[in-house]
Amino acid sequence: MHIPDGFIDIPTSVAFAGIAAAGVALSLKGAKSSLDEKTAPLAGLTATFIFAVQMLNFPVAAGTSGHLLGGALAAILVGPWVASLALTVVLVMQALLFADGGLTALGLSVFNMSLIGVWVGYAIFVLVKKILPKNKSSISIAAFVAGLISVPCAAAGFVLQYAIGGTATFSITQVLTAMIGTHILIGIGEGVISALSVGAVMASRSDLVYGYKGSTQLLETRVKE
Amino acid sequence: MNKQSKFLIAGFVLSLFLAGVVSNYASSNPDGLEKVAEDIGFLDSAKEHTNADGLLADYGVKGIENERLSTGAAGVIGVIATAGVSTGLFLVLRRKNGASK
Repeated sequence: MHIPDGFIDIPTSVAFAGIAAAGVALSLKGAKSSLDEKTAPLAGLTATFIFAVQMLNFPVAAGTSGHLLGGALAAILVGPWVASLALTVVLVMQALLFADGGLTALGLSVFNMSLIGVWVGYAIFVLVKKILPKNKSSISIAAFVAGLISVPCAAAGFVLQYAIGGTATFSITQVLTAMIGTHILIGIGEGVISALSVGAVMASRSDLVYGYKGSTQLLETRVKE
Repeated sequence: MNKQSKFLIAGFVLSLFLAGVVSNYASSNPDGLEKVAEDIGFLDSAKEHTNADGLLADYGVKGIENERLSTGAAGVIGVIATAGVSTGLFLVLRRKNGASK
């Protein structure tokens, strides 16, 4: 879902770059409280793993492929603030080094994947976790649902940008229907990869999973300090 | 070696393997956005990337003729670069965090 230059006009791209920059600035602030000597290297590994898996396009429907976005996965592993930063690093590397995603469109992509993907993914994860019984397999199920829903939501972000500043003038409803439909299918892949990845970390080092420890617990510890 | 380092190394090696080897088996079909743009008809509005002629453009290393090697090498470079930049950033943020306490 890396947007090339030219799809969205420059004023809209600049506006979203501003929103993305504000989101990253907030994340830099928010991330500090959840980074310690144990979680900082894990956050780096999360970004690295997401970069690697984003290279692995899987087929979804006739002639279409999709790849992990990783927002929900990262948020569950390292918390939403750090996850936004991790995704942003990945997107910047891809745009600068690999010509994947336009440079003027970087703010648009950061908005969709680093902000919407991460925060929707995290919110759904917390919600589903609350409903399910408190055990380890619930974490994987919640990761699946979070991954699944985060992708069409990130795709809706693109449709919003297209509605505001699309350089070609096609019906918004048509773009919306096509984007959401395709990205629900990609979301299934996202959900499966997120659940498997979170499951693997849960099996070996569940103490490292932010979404398992629960953010409330982290907040309590901080208050006690 | 402690448990933490083992976990990090395992994850890093897995990332190298995925980006360096498995990436060659990835689907080369257009992704969701590209396909929608093509079907609806706004794919033409895309401009060529500023770095389209870059050394690593489109996940290939310029100069390596063998496609598998080229993709794999680009993946390995990407994994190392992402690991370096992101871990560096998070370590700096953590240090700032420690200083403010």
